[in-house]
Amino acid sequence: MTLWTPDPTFYPSPRDAATAPPETLAYVAAFDRSAERPDALAVLDTDPGSSSYGQVVGWTDLPYTGDELHHFGWNACSSALCPYAPHPHVERRYLIVPGLRSSRIYVYDTKDRVSPELVKVIEAEDLGKRAGYSRPHTVHCGPEGLYVSALGGYGEEGPGGIAILDHTSFEVLGRWEVDRGPQYLAYDFWWHINHDVLVTSEWGTPSMIEDGVVGELLLGRKYGHRLHFWDLRRRRHVQEVDLGDQYQMPLELRPAHDPTKKYGFVGVVTSVEDLSASVWLWYEEGGRWAVRKVIDIPAEPASPDDLPDVLKPFGAVPPLVTDIDLSVDDQRLYVSCWGTGELKQFDVSDPFKPVEIGSVHLGGIVRRAAHPAAPSERLAGGPQMVEVSRDGRRVYVTNSLYGSWDDQFYPDGVGAWMAKVDADGFTLDERFFPHGDDFRGLRPHQTRLQGGDASSDSYCYP
Amino acid sequence: MTLTAVILLGAFHGINPAMGWLFAVARGLQERSRDLLLQSLPVIALGHLASVALVVLVVSATGSVVTGTALAIGSGVVLVGFGLWHLLARRHFRWVGMRLSLPQLAAWSFLMSSVHGAGLMLLPVLTRIPAGHHGHALSGGMFVAGVHTLAMFVTATAVALAVYEFLGVAVLRRAWFNLDKMWAFALVGAGVFTLVGAM
Repeated sequence: MTLWTPDPTFYPSPRDAATAPPETLAYVAAFDRSAERPDALAVLDTDPGSSSYGQVVGWTDLPYTGDELHHFGWNACSSALCPYAPHPHVERRYLIVPGLRSSRIYVYDTKDRVSPELVKVIEAEDLGKRAGYSRPHTVHCGPEGLYVSALGGYGEEGPGGIAILDHTSFEVLGRWEVDRGPQYLAYDFWWHINHDVLVTSEWGTPSMIEDGVVGELLLGRKYGHRLHFWDLRRRRHVQEVDLGDQYQMPLELRPAHDPTKKYGFVGVVTSVEDLSASVWLWYEEGGRWAVRKVIDIPAEPASPDDLPDVLKPFGAVPPLVTDIDLSVDDQRLYVSCWGTGELKQFDVSDPFKPVEIGSVHLGGIVRRAAHPAAPSERLAGGPQMVEVSRDGRRVYVTNSLYGSWDDQFYPDGVGAWMAKVDADGFTLDERFFPHGDDFRGLRPHQTRLQGGDASSDSYCYP
Repeated sequence: MTLTAVILLGAFHGINPAMGWLFAVARGLQERSRDLLLQSLPVIALGHLASVALVVLVVSATGSVVTGTALAIGSGVVLVGFGLWHLLARRHFRWVGMRLSLPQLAAWSFLMSSVHGAGLMLLPVLTRIPAGHHGHALSGGMFVAGVHTLAMFVTATAVALAVYEFLGVAVLRRAWFNLDKMWAFALVGAGVFTLVGAM
């Protein structure tokens, strides 16, 4: 049954969402690299007033092994208030949790409980037969249902694309694309919802990623290097924008939350010319989409002795920008440098001219910076998935990228940790550092904050 | 009495954010243009009118071939069935797309009103228009549809302007009562009422 008044976590505009109360729980997807034990959803206490602040207070094992949890999302969000098909009396209640390796999609109920409870499993076969896809990844709640991107085809390498799931039954309804044009590689997607525009990015097909990054493919510039712009309403490919094939792997897409704006940021993992990483802005110019590099982060020279095999020939640590996140008010951009072990904060009030205003070091391939809560512990991994609270004051990071890639860049073990940075002053919260055994041998990946966060909701009102 | 009911129903539709005023407000906010808001409302009302008038046409055509009692019973059954379906079905109206031309907006409003069963609630009134010759029922029905839509339009315009100029859309978070659920109960109630009246 539906509610009598709108779900209180739905906000008409990003401005309203920024006034949301602080989250008290964070859900973190954690996976077992050996695929011998089930992956899990870990629940963290994020209420500073609580005695268990910063601790794992809930835990739900998945029913199977080998899923490799990665990204996940809510069944409903603020887009339910959009004026053309409003359904504001549904609840933000279920987490839609894809297994990137198994291609299963799980639905977990979070209502009135700390540890989520399994309510549905969509088998890989359902996703494959109905939508033609495998390796489900990003989940967004949108006007037509739940949109889930997928990296691979069903029984074949590609194309990857987007599947639509029913809002309420969570059944796979089918393939989203009507005309995919030249698009073949897939990874992330999001939209400018009030402009009927959808954007997708490119990583690689299953064989290009599942056993680790393939050197020949990378140096041969075969990973993704384009953005695709689509007509959200007609489900048609409109325009392809090439960043240049040296810019390998444009991954996370962060469009402006303000629905009147038509720009967004995308992080590029690495340039094969100098191992630098970059952040690009997409924007509209003369009715066409254009991109511009707005942040450039150089590689840091290092002795080959300190580098893993995959980097020895280069004598440098690539920053590896693997995730970025834009605050709900579109004023701050957070950039993860997973290779150099750094989280950067940019003022992007002028999106064409980001200004770096903060930096925190944690881990890193060579640096191994410690967390102030455990100053003697050399940390492996680096800030990877970033999530920002709706009010923009708290930033959470986890340290694992993707199982096989973790092993290549951190061959002595990537470890497991999560940290919180206070956005004002940009300092690490010494009270919030779940790590090591807190994650029971699993590696933490994406974080979702209770009630929504900076990468979960779209808004239809400015 | 009957006319009051018709006007109140129109006002009820006018208040419902899903029936169009919210779309008009969103279009206005998106382009920061009150003119766009004001342009959108008559078009939305037109779509609503078309949806209601369709019911009038069907009723008057049916009424010319069946008895008044049969029409009332049929209407009652339709109302109860539609109301229950609304109450129990978990599906909701789907539409993608914010950037609509005015004719597309009218089509959207027509679909939204029809899915909602906006015209159906007039069945108890329409089935009571004195049976005479066909033309009389039709013109009487169209008058009812017109009055209903006018009430809807006036209410929607007042609410849209109040939200756009003073209240802001944040008011939705508290004030958006689940009118659809209430509407479903009302449909069932009106159906029962019509059936009882026909017995």
